[in-house]
Amino acid sequence: MSANLLAFFYLISGVLFILALRGLSSPETSRQGNFYGVVGMALAIGVTIISVGGLSYSFIYLIVVLLIGGSIGAFIAFKIPMTAMPELVAGFHSLVGLAAVFVAISAYLNPVVFNLGTPGDIKIASLIEMSLGAAIGAITFTGSIIAFLKLRGLMSGSPITFPGQHFLNLILGISLIGLITYLCINQLDSLFWTIILISFLVGVLIIIPIGGADMPVVISMLNSYSGWAAAGIGFTLENTALIITGALVGSSGAILSYIMCKGMNRSFFNVILGGWGATEEQSSSLSKEQKPVKNGNADDAAFLMKNASSVIIVPGYGMAVAQAQHALREMVDALKKNGVKVTYAIHPVAGRMPGHMNVLLAEANVPYDEVYELEEINNDFANCDVAYVIGANDVTNPVAKTDPQSPIYGMPILDVEKSKSVLFVKRSLSPGYAGIDNDLFYRDNTLMLFADAKKMTEDIIKNL
Amino acid sequence: MEIDPFIFRLSIFILSIFVGYYVVWSVTPSLHTPLMSVTNAISSVIIVGAIIAALSGESEKIFEISNLFGYAAIILAAVNIFGGFLVTQRMLAMYKKKKDKK
Repeated sequence: MSANLLAFFYLISGVLFILALRGLSSPETSRQGNFYGVVGMALAIGVTIISVGGLSYSFIYLIVVLLIGGSIGAFIAFKIPMTAMPELVAGFHSLVGLAAVFVAISAYLNPVVFNLGTPGDIKIASLIEMSLGAAIGAITFTGSIIAFLKLRGLMSGSPITFPGQHFLNLILGISLIGLITYLCINQLDSLFWTIILISFLVGVLIIIPIGGADMPVVISMLNSYSGWAAAGIGFTLENTALIITGALVGSSGAILSYIMCKGMNRSFFNVILGGWGATEEQSSSLSKEQKPVKNGNADDAAFLMKNASSVIIVPGYGMAVAQAQHALREMVDALKKNGVKVTYAIHPVAGRMPGHMNVLLAEANVPYDEVYELEEINNDFANCDVAYVIGANDVTNPVAKTDPQSPIYGMPILDVEKSKSVLFVKRSLSPGYAGIDNDLFYRDNTLMLFADAKKMTEDIIKNL
Repeated sequence: MEIDPFIFRLSIFILSIFVGYYVVWSVTPSLHTPLMSVTNAISSVIIVGAIIAALSGESEKIFEISNLFGYAAIILAAVNIFGGFLVTQRMLAMYKKKKDKK
């Protein structure tokens, strides 16, 4: 196959990938979009195998490793519970990062096959591209592993900080640039390996100071990095499909990070510098003098909702932890039978990744046109009888609008407090991940339901 | 004067960033999780580099270190490709519209 024809096919797969993302603009077109993505990928792999061709032995090995990887992937995809989506995505990002590192290493060791020159005499531009690709890939790899461990609960979600942390990161970042420059001058193997090792370290260091509630930003950011790593390798391999995809994924992740930061009214740098939540804990425990709280049970909650004409459900991470989405749907079905109008309100940063709550509700067969985003539904709280807050906390805290001293001041929140009564399902009065006490708990129109989200919801169903 | 092919690739790269920018802004927020899993799957097109790396070299030397790194990268990318597309498919299949009012 001629190089031009090959490049043309790669361009087609690039276009198919664009269509795959385009399909996600609405749930109706999304499945077709995903199909375009699969076709694009099959095309890219197919033409690459044909173009390399000739080596029948290796071809068998190729199929074998493809099948091994493919079956592992398929197995995970079918087995994974929807609540574990954030850590799955983090885990997948780490694999893309490591794959980028491996391809860069391979290109460095054997540049001839990629037309990049000979070992020890690689083209300068290719060296820059491959070392950047390898560095970003390595950062993505270890960063995603830390994110995975935090999301999975294998590592504490609280930020890990130490003195001089940012200074150390700065030094490492500068030394990476220095090493890449030096590598271009004298092409020493040891420099290339050092770049990869330092990048692994940087990946760990930039993720450990970021707290659990900021995970949506981290995941989006790592998504973006994995794209830039792919683009870097794409330049090295002069492959259009990789360049297009890398740019798409890179900008996609960047936009998601931006949306998530905006949902928390924080700048990207503020999140990256991390350490949020660690300092607040003390002050909140001091201010926790016994304020009166109205404590309710499932019977009261069922009574309130049954007699309401409209109910808005506000799900949060607690719903995911308790796996309460199915029980919630049943409760809503029961309410609907009583003629209650029920809708769902989702805050942009509810859960641990963008769109996390939407997927869980979809899993529980909640029709997506009953689920609304913050801007769409926020005015409806004033006219609603009951707001049922299940596992959400900080995203409903009115302090964000009233107290300029609060760390979440300015964050867009769901105006839950405007509804006639608020039912707050929570295990305890403890503050949320931001470490801030929620004013809403002590309001007259708030009824606290202290229980596991799933158990409480099931109890309410019994009482309906 | 001839234009360096690098400039062409850079043009494609820059334009793709803009395409990505506008396409991703049009993605509905409720599909942001599938967006992440599908971008993850398509970024694994890095497998083409891995295939070239794995299959290169003379037939008697098919297991040089550079080939082995290629094979390892194929496995990693394949996990992502199959896992990413399938899990996206699984999620998208769950998004349903409201049924006719009973």
